[in-house]
Amino acid sequence: MQGESLIVRDLDICATPPGEDERTIVNQINFALKPGEVMALIGESGSGKTTIALAMMGYARRGCRIAGGSVQLGETDILTLSAVETRALRGHRVTYIAQSAAAAFNPSRRLMDQVIESALIHGVMDRQQAQQKAIQLFGELALPEPEHIGDRYPHQVSGGQLQRLMAAMALITDPALVILDEPTTALDVTTQVDVLRAFKRVMRERGTTALYVSHDLAVVAQIADHVLVLQAGEEQEQGPIGQILDNPGHAYTRSLLAAARPETRAPSGPQSSGDELLRIDDLQVGYGRCDRNGLPNNVVLDHIQLRIDRGQALGVIGESGSGKSTLARAVAGLVAPSRGEVQFNRRELSQTLRGRTPDQFRRIQIVFQSADNALNPAHSVRRLLNRPLETYFQMSRDARRQRVEELMDLVKLPRTLLDRKPRELSGGQKQRVNLARALAAEPDLILCDEVTSALDTVVGAAILELLAELRRELGVAYLFISHDISTVRSLCDDVMVLYQGECVEFGPCSTVLNQPQHDYTRKLIGSVPELQPGWLEGCQWSTHTQPSTAPV
Amino acid sequence: MRDSLFGLVLGRLASSLITLLMVSLVIFAITSLLPGDTAQQVLGQFATPEQVEALRAQLGLNQPPLLRYWQWLSGFATGDLGRSASNGVDVIQLVNDRLPNSLLLAAITTVISVPVALIMGIAAAMRRGGMLDRTLNLITLSMVAVPEFLVATLAVLIFAVQLGWLPALSYVSTVDSLGAFMKVYAMPVLTLCSVLIAQMARMTRAALIDQLDSAYVEMARLKGVPPMRRVLRHALPNAVGPIANAVALSLSYLLGGVIIVETIFNYPGIASLMVDAVSNRDLALVQACAMIFCGAYLLLVMLADLCAILSNPRLRNR
Amino acid sequence: MNDTKTMPTSKGNRRPYVSPRSRLPIAVPKQRNRSGWQLTRWIGLSLFSFWLLVALFGPLLAPYPMGAFVSDQIYGGASTAHLLGTDYMGRDMLSRMLTGARYTVGLALVAALLSSLVGAGFGMLTVLLPRWLEESVRRIFDTLISIPSKMMALVMVSAFGTSIPLLILAAVLSYAPGSFRIAHSLAKNLSTLEYVQVARTRGEGRLYIAAVEIFPNMIQPVLTDMGMRFVFIVLLLSGMSFLGLGVQPPVADLGSLVRENIGGLSQGALAVIAPALAIGSLTVGANLLIDSLSNSRDNQKE
Repeated sequence: MQGESLIVRDLDICATPPGEDERTIVNQINFALKPGEVMALIGESGSGKTTIALAMMGYARRGCRIAGGSVQLGETDILTLSAVETRALRGHRVTYIAQSAAAAFNPSRRLMDQVIESALIHGVMDRQQAQQKAIQLFGELALPEPEHIGDRYPHQVSGGQLQRLMAAMALITDPALVILDEPTTALDVTTQVDVLRAFKRVMRERGTTALYVSHDLAVVAQIADHVLVLQAGEEQEQGPIGQILDNPGHAYTRSLLAAARPETRAPSGPQSSGDELLRIDDLQVGYGRCDRNGLPNNVVLDHIQLRIDRGQALGVIGESGSGKSTLARAVAGLVAPSRGEVQFNRRELSQTLRGRTPDQFRRIQIVFQSADNALNPAHSVRRLLNRPLETYFQMSRDARRQRVEELMDLVKLPRTLLDRKPRELSGGQKQRVNLARALAAEPDLILCDEVTSALDTVVGAAILELLAELRRELGVAYLFISHDISTVRSLCDDVMVLYQGECVEFGPCSTVLNQPQHDYTRKLIGSVPELQPGWLEGCQWSTHTQPSTAPV
Repeated sequence: MRDSLFGLVLGRLASSLITLLMVSLVIFAITSLLPGDTAQQVLGQFATPEQVEALRAQLGLNQPPLLRYWQWLSGFATGDLGRSASNGVDVIQLVNDRLPNSLLLAAITTVISVPVALIMGIAAAMRRGGMLDRTLNLITLSMVAVPEFLVATLAVLIFAVQLGWLPALSYVSTVDSLGAFMKVYAMPVLTLCSVLIAQMARMTRAALIDQLDSAYVEMARLKGVPPMRRVLRHALPNAVGPIANAVALSLSYLLGGVIIVETIFNYPGIASLMVDAVSNRDLALVQACAMIFCGAYLLLVMLADLCAILSNPRLRNR
Repeated sequence: MNDTKTMPTSKGNRRPYVSPRSRLPIAVPKQRNRSGWQLTRWIGLSLFSFWLLVALFGPLLAPYPMGAFVSDQIYGGASTAHLLGTDYMGRDMLSRMLTGARYTVGLALVAALLSSLVGAGFGMLTVLLPRWLEESVRRIFDTLISIPSKMMALVMVSAFGTSIPLLILAAVLSYAPGSFRIAHSLAKNLSTLEYVQVARTRGEGRLYIAAVEIFPNMIQPVLTDMGMRFVFIVLLLSGMSFLGLGVQPPVADLGSLVRENIGGLSQGALAVIAPALAIGSLTVGANLLIDSLSNSRDNQKE
């Protein structure tokens, strides 16, 4: 079966949040796809892109309802089908690739059984044929050991492999339409390239019509023919990918593009003062029991050397499991290193919290990724900001009141939010409060652990802007941890690349990121999709070109 | 690979055994060490010091507590449970007479209640938010909080007093026909089942709903998997652990319920034996019965844990 | 053994790249479901508050003294003089129940409060203790939780004889461990959250972290848990009284009233049915109330 055409007319979807009245969350969506074309739905969280995509299968999640419009796939009007007919359509003519493959596979069944299940229940082919076809697809998707990988259970394969297995599951029935819901968002960049490439090849070969849901314009540029830009359930703009990228008509599209293409600022802060603030020598951190030589079972970080000067920003990049968060936690005193020395202000910093002075506590502040968990839900914003003022400066009530308001101004939040609880704030606002609390201590160094990762791109870009400004004005230094090279590039002077717990490259941003010396750094940088159709074909990196692990 | 699973199972067995030992220590401490001088109590206030001393020596009360605990425990291991204080019969004899009756009652109750509860729980989870689910929710929510003696008295009132189908509060020792069997067991089993089923059904529903809310069940739905298959093939295998746990917890509740039920229906089981022993302050007998109940409880919990370990694919195939 | 209620788990988001809202924040009940919950809440609330009021003011309203022999008729039916009939010795059932309810509700409230105080208190504090101390406290509570509550009560009564303080002690020993388990795992999860880490790197002391950062976020689940323990303790204590091993004459709680009058069961006497139904309506009411409250909280959280 080849891909078929898809025409969506006046689609409306309503939702009933608990304890509230029903409201429209997707409003009057129209688009059309010719057979074999790929349409991308672009938008931030809450824009309704997944909700629209699921409606293509006649499905609305609990509490939602498809209120009107039509979805025409080939000759079939999907929204008028009976329950039985809809079931026959799902997994057969329309298939779905979910964001988190790890959650979407049943943990207690073999992969092969899950991949071929839809082919069997829809009577497309018998078990033997289905298994053969699955193995063929595994091969096409560049999975290792295509003959045997199906015998494993989901927890026995990696995230990138699971995502490709899910693609095999979606393609086994030769569907007329495939829905891809942020299929690479949960993956590391270097894995993402391979998965994208595999997806693109099998989809092109089969002429599959596809709907690609994503928040990442650069990824979409590689795979989509058309783009539909969504905000708050409404269409902002739609058109061919080239037109959207080069000639965006809508202001919102332009802001998305701007956020995705952060300009490389010249290091903005006071240029490296040469005044040493933090120095780390031969640091080793591990978990688990220590053996006779004091070497822990599971070494997460090893041989780390670095130096941050007053007012300097050091970026640490690496993929999941590279140990970058552990570095921040070790400096903060939350994990004790098994070897090495940390000097702060030219004085040795105790490895544990217990040995640190109140002044050291004050001068080093940590800001975590998820503002949800970083702010105590039981306390108001005012109380959250008051506490450091109390502990560090013993300020009087009036002084505190004044200072808290200054802090709110500093992070550009309205003072009216002071008496709210964290859950009444948006993600970006929470992250600003989080920053304000760190700033309340008037620190020398702020450890930023993935502070923009959980935020939408536009909101994240604004937080980055704020960080740069604070640094200019207050001369605070950052240890800025991120998996996203562009954020490091836009904020930091120096950068350190971590790979499997060791530093593979260290130096000024401009040097390391523009002329990377180490294979891994090159691969990492080369794997970040560019906002340019055709980049994927030109990209030479794949998992098969493993970098050597030896640090330079 | 297999080794680690084996090790896990072995570890679980060992931890149960340790807990049982600690439980026995608590029971022994409460019944033998804390209450003070048993000899004085037995002989009353007017006994001469010589008499008390003689009895102490006879009962072995002069020995250090740990030794006494050890003797008591090793007696248990060899089947010597001591002698009943009220009628001088060996405790093991009394227990042997009564235990089979209780086991039979428990077995019948289990055989009836487990399937019924599972079906109810699964049905409610499948029809979540529907009429059936809400009705079952209200009923089970009420039933779990109802005391057994209320169910028992109402059952007697309806079936014995009003309808006259069954004898009230009496136990026929000769069971020679199915009819007689029904007469003896109908009301005790009904009473035990009503609370038990409600509990198990609720927990089964909760365990299953946890799974039905998961991403992989949504995925199955988007693959066009029919509802029945979604529940039985996709969700249920992953809910085995929690459901086994629910069953074990509920059955251990049976241990408490059986005490009331045996008493109210004059059923000659081990629970009513224990209640009598408590009334007579027959400590040797109380110790033995308490150990049997606690052992049964620990066994159930351990079996449930083993079920959970064995049904977890991450542990089963590394 | 009764701590199978849902426990909030820490949502430690380990993967940094998952788009923040992969699921729309819209869940569960439709309009009609909510009215369903409202109904059970109202039933629960009215039953529970009724018994609370009876426990508080009941004895004042009793038409006769509790122990007075006021009628020649035993197991008398309902009449204008004796609204709930008379008992096996010709005493007024209404008066006896009004007084008995105070014992049933009062004892269970005290025991539930103590259980939660002991259990939750230890549960929270052990998180701050050194590892080995935490482990030993856990071991002790794990042992106690392995003794079914009725067993504990029976063993204690057999050793010490029954009395009201002993019954409360037995209930606390049986139910504090469950409370401990829930509070402990709650506190453990909360203590790994990032705001607690931030407080630690601010140099806050253990006590501050426990009292200000952790405690406020566990009040609600601990209160819900206490409500459930109340129900279980009512069942335990009235069960003990029903066996004749609980509250002793001349005092009587609702369970003892059922026991005293069990002889009237074959004639369908009101004297046995009324107190049994009273206990049932108290526990069912409390259970419905707790369930609807914890349900509505879950929905709010979504």
